[in-house]
Amino acid sequence: MESPLVVIKDVSFQYDSQESLALNQINMEVYEGEWLAIVGHNGSGKSTLARLLNGLQFPKEGSITVAGITLAEETIWDIRRQIGMVFQNPDNQFVGTTVQDDVAFGLENNGIPVDVMSERVVDALKKVNMDSFLDQEPHHLSGGQKQRVAIAGVLALKPSIIILDEATSMLDPRGRAEVIETIMKLQKQDKITVISITHDLEEASRADRIIVMNKGEVYREGTPNEIFLMDEELIKLGLDIPFPIKMSNKLREKGISLGQQYLTEEELVAGLWTSHSKM
Amino acid sequence: MDISLKNVEYRYSADTPFERLAIQDVNIDISSGSYTAIIGHTGSGKSTVLQHLNALLKPTKGTVFIGNREIKAGRKEKNLKGIREKVGIVFQFPEHQLFEETVEKDICFGPLNFGVSETEAKKRANEAIKQVGLSEEILEKSPFDLSGGQMRRVAIAGVLAMEPECIVLDEPTAGLDPRGRKEIMDLFYKLHQERDLATVLVTHSMEDAARYADEIVIMHKGTVLQKGTPNEIFSDPERLLAHGLDVPDVVRFQLRIEKTFQTKFDRICLKEDELINMLAAFLKRRGAQ
Repeated sequence: MESPLVVIKDVSFQYDSQESLALNQINMEVYEGEWLAIVGHNGSGKSTLARLLNGLQFPKEGSITVAGITLAEETIWDIRRQIGMVFQNPDNQFVGTTVQDDVAFGLENNGIPVDVMSERVVDALKKVNMDSFLDQEPHHLSGGQKQRVAIAGVLALKPSIIILDEATSMLDPRGRAEVIETIMKLQKQDKITVISITHDLEEASRADRIIVMNKGEVYREGTPNEIFLMDEELIKLGLDIPFPIKMSNKLREKGISLGQQYLTEEELVAGLWTSHSKM
Repeated sequence: MDISLKNVEYRYSADTPFERLAIQDVNIDISSGSYTAIIGHTGSGKSTVLQHLNALLKPTKGTVFIGNREIKAGRKEKNLKGIREKVGIVFQFPEHQLFEETVEKDICFGPLNFGVSETEAKKRANEAIKQVGLSEEILEKSPFDLSGGQMRRVAIAGVLAMEPECIVLDEPTAGLDPRGRKEIMDLFYKLHQERDLATVLVTHSMEDAARYADEIVIMHKGTVLQKGTPNEIFSDPERLLAHGLDVPDVVRFQLRIEKTFQTKFDRICLKEDELINMLAAFLKRRGAQ
């Protein structure tokens, strides 16, 4: 097995204003090139975890290692070079007056020469399919487009990991689909490691692996298939059952036999067709 | 109290080089005690419509009737306070608007502004906090010590305490987890039923629109594309899809089944169990043949 890119070991964290731990003895590993989805109810600690990974907060106990570097005050900037973050609200992270200025912002901060910069800006925007919008102003963009520009801003800095902290939760369905498609492409074609923090289980079902957080602890870890077998337990955790699984369960209750678990609607309909067309 | 928009047009920054037409020819009727969902993409004009419902924006053409008031383009309106008291708007992420030292003061702020006495305002705060499913003890706390979900409920209580006759909700569940989303939507539905509170839900969730609303208005490119009951709206799902709009999961699933099996069920189902019954019967019939 490959060695993990990120190692989180016995990490606990508590906010000053709160009585209980926001994170309690978290252990997890993230592997190079994988898409890991971290899901959990509001307040389960998933966003806190993202903030710790990027050194926006420091653990009270335990250690975090990213690409062999252990996170500490002195190594924050080395770690931030490895990790790019995209946040929830598209309007709060647009700093430039045009799309290309916005993507260039991070590069300028890092003292990248102008000629390299313009090349990287265009490259990054191509990857998110926004390269025809170079001189557009932010208010002409939809939420999904803004988030894709935010992703490009992160890509231009060539991180090895992208963390999406509920990056699709404020978008309309079309914007959400655009962003998810972009992430899939980046992971598959550019081999970028993706950590997506979300409570949208349809989004999580696209990931290679899911970690379910509950009340500051790791509750369960597995492939989407394994996690979705949890059914009703997911609802108890404040989450939901993805639509195709819900429909499969209801069909089984009506005596329709389904050979396997289907994660997507396409697969479910195709499965129904195969089992009911030959009779 | 009825609200209706008649041939409403609105231009932002009218008569300046930055003028932009946001909505035009908009006709919408919201009758008292009804539940209306306004749906559309980002940029479809639904937020502009929303702001006409309590005269935050005044039409650049056409008329808005709110109860017995008439807001007409090109006329100066005075004393809009009465309208704002009757039509309460819960904006997106309303918790960002909390500002007082205690939850009680925050909830009382609206009613006091509308000239309600302090005793009455406190009484209303007490009722409103219970209506949103929180306990009275929270009234003494600082709103900033609460969790995100609690803060949102407090902000909603602040609107309820004005005792509006119509409540307008702009994406009230954005950012909440599935359980929180269901709780908030059920809460509004209960208020709608118990208090006969006219409710306008601005959303991009077709699921919520299909589940809760009596009447759906679809906005597209600044005008009304379609309006009707959920059954009417979703009876022609292809039309919505052709405009790049979504349909509820259950409708999309039915269309996929129909396409794969080259069949047409006799109606579009909006409820999961209804579709499952129909589908199970269909599959069994196929098996028996």
